[in-house]
Amino acid sequence: MSEIKVSCEALRKVEEICQQFNNDPGELISILHACQNQLGYLPEAVQRVIARQLGIPASKVYGVVTFYSFFSMVPKGKYPVSVCLGTACYVRGSDKVLEEFKRVLGIEVGETTPDGKFSLDCLRCVGACGLAPVATIGEKVYGRLNPSDIKKIVAEFED
Amino acid sequence: MENMINLTIDNRPVSVPRGTTVLDAAKSVGISIPALCHIDLKGTCVKNTPASCRICVVEVEGRRNLAPSCATMVTEGMVVKTNSARVVRARKTVAELILSDHPNDCLTCPKCNDCELQKLVTRFNIREMPFKGEQSERKKEVTAAITRNMDKCILCRRCESVCNNVQTVGVLGAVRRGFDTTIAPTFDRMFKDTDCTYCGQCVAVCPTGALTERDNTDRLLDDLCNPDKIVIAQPAPAVRVALGEEFGMEPGSIVTGKLATALRYLGFDHVFDTDFAADLTIMEEGAEILHRLKAFLGGDKSVKLPIMTSCCPAWVNFYEHNYPDLLDYPSSAKSPAQMFGAIAKTYWAQKMGIPREKLVVVSIMPCLAKKYECERPEFAVDGNPDVDYSLSTRELARLIKRSNIDFKSLPDSDFDAPLGESSGAGAIFGATGGVMEAALRTVYEVYTGKTLPRLEFTAVRGLEGIKEATIDLGGFPLKVCVAHTLGNARLLMDKLRAGELDYHVVEIMACPGGCIGGAGQPYHHGNIEILQARAKAIYREDEGKPVRKSHENPDIQKLYAEFLGEPLGERSERLLHTCYYDKSIK
Amino acid sequence: MKIVSAEALEALRQEAVKALSIREESNRSDSAAASGLEKGTPHMQILCCGGTGCKASESAKIVQEFHNALEAHGIADRVEVVVPGCFGFCEKGPIVKIIPDNTFYTSVRPSDVGEIVTSHIIGGEKVERLLYQDPGTGAHISDSKHMNFYRKQMRVALRNCGFINPEDIREYIARDGYKALADSLKRDSLAVLADIKASGLRGRGGAGFPTGVKWEIARKFDAPDKYVVCNADEGDPGAFMDRSIMEGDPNSVIEAMMICGYCINAHHGLIYIRAEYPLAVERLKIAIAQAREYGLLGENILGSGFDFDIQIRYGAGAFVCGEETALIHSMEGKRGEPTLKPPFPAEAGYFGRPTNVNNVETLANVPVILTKGPQWFASIGTEKSKGTKVFALAGKINNVGLIEVPMGTTLREIIYDIGGGVKNGKKFKAVQTGGPSGGCLTEKHLDIPIDYESLAAAGSMMGSGGMIVMDEDDCMVSVAKFFLEFTVGESCGKCTPCRIGNKRMLEILDRITEGRGKEEDIEKLETLAKVIKDTALCGLGQTSPNPVLSTLANFREEYEEHVRDHVCRAHKCKALLTYSIDPVLCKGCSACARGCPAEAIVGEVRKPFVINPEKCIRCGMCLSRCKFGAINVI
Repeated sequence: MSEIKVSCEALRKVEEICQQFNNDPGELISILHACQNQLGYLPEAVQRVIARQLGIPASKVYGVVTFYSFFSMVPKGKYPVSVCLGTACYVRGSDKVLEEFKRVLGIEVGETTPDGKFSLDCLRCVGACGLAPVATIGEKVYGRLNPSDIKKIVAEFED
Repeated sequence: MENMINLTIDNRPVSVPRGTTVLDAAKSVGISIPALCHIDLKGTCVKNTPASCRICVVEVEGRRNLAPSCATMVTEGMVVKTNSARVVRARKTVAELILSDHPNDCLTCPKCNDCELQKLVTRFNIREMPFKGEQSERKKEVTAAITRNMDKCILCRRCESVCNNVQTVGVLGAVRRGFDTTIAPTFDRMFKDTDCTYCGQCVAVCPTGALTERDNTDRLLDDLCNPDKIVIAQPAPAVRVALGEEFGMEPGSIVTGKLATALRYLGFDHVFDTDFAADLTIMEEGAEILHRLKAFLGGDKSVKLPIMTSCCPAWVNFYEHNYPDLLDYPSSAKSPAQMFGAIAKTYWAQKMGIPREKLVVVSIMPCLAKKYECERPEFAVDGNPDVDYSLSTRELARLIKRSNIDFKSLPDSDFDAPLGESSGAGAIFGATGGVMEAALRTVYEVYTGKTLPRLEFTAVRGLEGIKEATIDLGGFPLKVCVAHTLGNARLLMDKLRAGELDYHVVEIMACPGGCIGGAGQPYHHGNIEILQARAKAIYREDEGKPVRKSHENPDIQKLYAEFLGEPLGERSERLLHTCYYDKSIK
Repeated sequence: MKIVSAEALEALRQEAVKALSIREESNRSDSAAASGLEKGTPHMQILCCGGTGCKASESAKIVQEFHNALEAHGIADRVEVVVPGCFGFCEKGPIVKIIPDNTFYTSVRPSDVGEIVTSHIIGGEKVERLLYQDPGTGAHISDSKHMNFYRKQMRVALRNCGFINPEDIREYIARDGYKALADSLKRDSLAVLADIKASGLRGRGGAGFPTGVKWEIARKFDAPDKYVVCNADEGDPGAFMDRSIMEGDPNSVIEAMMICGYCINAHHGLIYIRAEYPLAVERLKIAIAQAREYGLLGENILGSGFDFDIQIRYGAGAFVCGEETALIHSMEGKRGEPTLKPPFPAEAGYFGRPTNVNNVETLANVPVILTKGPQWFASIGTEKSKGTKVFALAGKINNVGLIEVPMGTTLREIIYDIGGGVKNGKKFKAVQTGGPSGGCLTEKHLDIPIDYESLAAAGSMMGSGGMIVMDEDDCMVSVAKFFLEFTVGESCGKCTPCRIGNKRMLEILDRITEGRGKEEDIEKLETLAKVIKDTALCGLGQTSPNPVLSTLANFREEYEEHVRDHVCRAHKCKALLTYSIDPVLCKGCSACARGCPAEAIVGEVRKPFVINPEKCIRCGMCLSRCKFGAINVI
């Protein structure tokens, strides 16, 4: 992985976030959430700053970041696509929806399109099982999806 | 007895103290339940009980599932079965699963015959691989000291426990999850890009071939066979009390004489002794202690106290990485092995008329960090290192076996002069507290001008993590402290940083028990009795020596007279002292 | 405004009840007659579902449109728009309910708002086309009380969901909220605990451990800092009752945690919630803030001298964190790896302190048990499983949604009466309960009364209450594979059986579904399943083989068909399918060939086309594009 440069400003913000949580190692996950909300992802430099602030080894931070699927060390696309693979969505064909997203976007799960526009992920149940199968793009939830809809939905974001 | 618990294991009545694990309770009546991830070096802080490998499972009456005996505490009236068909089959299947994600290249594995997984496979009568499937492909790395091949990792997490809980180095940790879980250095980087101290305790506890030493045996073999090279050996104090184990001898056997003979038979041109350099270290470090003490007593407020020992290369790495603000505290004296190299390639080489580039100095160490130390650029002259390279006790044993030498039947012989003569003080460097005791023997006599009434400073002996003592130095109460493991070192250093460390002299060794528990020693496999036996042997070795104080070693006296001048003199400073660098990761 | 005593709380309740009275009355009324301003109804309320499902279908926009329309008609003072939590009937969202006549509009679009306001709110005429249509009779049913979906339900944990505004603590108080707390604080905590024990309440998160006993154990361990933890890490994919409760009735959880704190002598509360539930987080935050403002959280609560406060901790996408030791490690800022029990969290939990962990639904039952009495609760349900259970009904069923029924209700009642039967008239094949830890039950299990024991005896488990219906188009090997994929993806990786064992099982299932299975593979699956159950470290690992074991028990012939005959009877396993074109039915329109991503279909226009099996990737595109039913799949 090539090293991602993070601005000093961003790193100062990370320090601030840690301080808001009293540099408490017990708040590591909350801090990671806050930093990812702020920066969109958690590159190595950010994790090092967090480790230093909290007085814990960077390996611990890294171990936590890589354990939870919510955290990402690479920038997500401008429009992050998440396909629900919960059981309700699965039995209503979300696997086909996912395949179609992969095909239309030309990327695999966990990847971002070269133009940085879309990234593709899976998630387990947003609790909108009545609308199964469901996918989210950014904050927006798309329900009752059919593989044939995908092209059109993606096109909505092509500006 | 209220605190005794009665239970039944395999139909045998067992009575053990409350708080005992089923595994230990079974052991007390001669039932050895196989275990894998578990390790408990009792009396030290080396302990790993994640209950994760599930090899040691047993049937406990009334429980739905099998219970891991390593982490299940005995309860009154408990009925345990360790060998029912259900248990034996489950155990075997679990082992088969581990094998299904293991390279199984045992024949060529560096851990062959010393591998705990391999032993289980034999014991469980595994004859085929029923569960084939995807195998993990993880990073490999060869550093100066450690070889990492995580494909062989079985995720017992021992290395993680040791690196974090014992050494507090915090480099190795679990990364990702599920089948993708790996134990990796920070950010999946190479060891060299982390705070790794190369203490090698991860290697010392690894049950398989995932973490092993960097092997220098072939390099040595080439040099020994090269007629253009003069190859000399210097084995460390802790090697002679452990090497015998590799040849089936009792732990604690002293094999100094056989060691010298074996080295000679291997083809070393001269067989010297690091113990000699240990005496030299005491001369220099002792002088430094006295120097700082005198300055302190003279009212110098800037003098850095406590002075800390600097013989342990992992400890040096530790403070360079973690305490760059406190680099003035440790003694500037090099480690004995490096002092030996510096003297061998100057004083002795000149004496013998051997050009530096022809001379190969090989250290035999209980240590892996010593391999890294050899490569530090400041320990070389024009790129030619003072100590060319280092072999661990285990590597030496392998080479002896390869060279058709029947170690056990070897006659004893002495080390060569002049770098082979040593005192009992040099010998005890191998155990925690040994350097302190050796230093005290010399410092006391030099400071007070009196002969020590009793040589043994028992207060600084033993496996306790941090020991302290106050020595009456002719009316001056000298406060000393001895710590082993880097976790204990961190406790002291944090206090020092906070200005709360009230000692004059501190000894620190990175490995549990000191060098006798070094990462290059024969594997202890979690048996504390082995370390205890080695420590005892170290002190026996001391008692048997005619000279037991470093400053009374005649060859040391000669070295100063002929070459060095005096401790901390100009030439001593140049050859025997070093400085430290800020290596913290920014 | 701080409430300083139980009396002050009661006074506030009397006041708050007024605002809810119109809803309470309509709840009691059974009339189907429409109300309307012009028909003389003085006040009306429009309830627009504010649950995640309906919000995803633009319910927020509908709310805005209602406000605009009411404003435009100048009737905003007489008609109130309320946004309650989930109504449960997610299949037909967004839901809009009109009070006082209980009219239940389904699948409402923002463009429908004008018509609802003019014809119904003002004119008193229901908008027929938006009413729920019974799938059996086709008749429009105008209010929820007459819908089968609701008739068989008994809403205890969900009592306030879809009824009160979850962002207004006064509405919760109006419905006896915090009364149980106020009463408890006046009683000896042991007596309160005895009530919880007597009610027979058991944990709703999985294994069904008796809640009162759990509290009793936690009470025994004395420490200055003890913790009450609410497990809101609803990880079972396809279960969303906890989310609904937190979105629709967050105060019930807060109240219950305080009661628990009082019983076990703990003063700190922590809610561990999935980060995937932003709305629930928001509602909890509002509820906690309001409770603090009212003095219901904090020091000296209701003048009793009891202190309690609650903080929220976030999950970050790890199913295993539903296991209580993993959850605790996660809250401590660590990897969510379970540790061996004992020691149980009651002895050494959050940072080594005594900790009691209960799930959301369990807690939601607590206040109502105390206000209505443990005997009332114990009178509901079966001998060993008391009270009700919320199920998330999903999959191939007509009425997807959240339902709550007394323990002991049969699967048949749930699937056919409440759920309205299998979607599209297909044949029922199985119902999966208990999520990744549960199993698939079949036709023969439909009439067993559901409780913890009967589900376990049938090879499944209650779990958190996910209930996924499957029809003849579902391949049971694939379903088992789906769950195992989930477990493998969510395994923490700590213990060998779960980390490697499940992976190997998944690989075997992969082989079977791809037609590469061998006879001995089924045996290997059984061996592995048994050992994993027996040796895995945590509950997740120990139950992970259940989907395989239960499908093997109930659908073994499907496994055998895959292995022996290379046939997937549900036509789900792609590798086992052959696509061909019926030359008689094919009109040669070329739609299939144009849509084929693999260019595997060739032919001349107006003549039958042909599929090249070598090139065919079995994506099914041709099948979906053919208007003449000419594509055969075997």
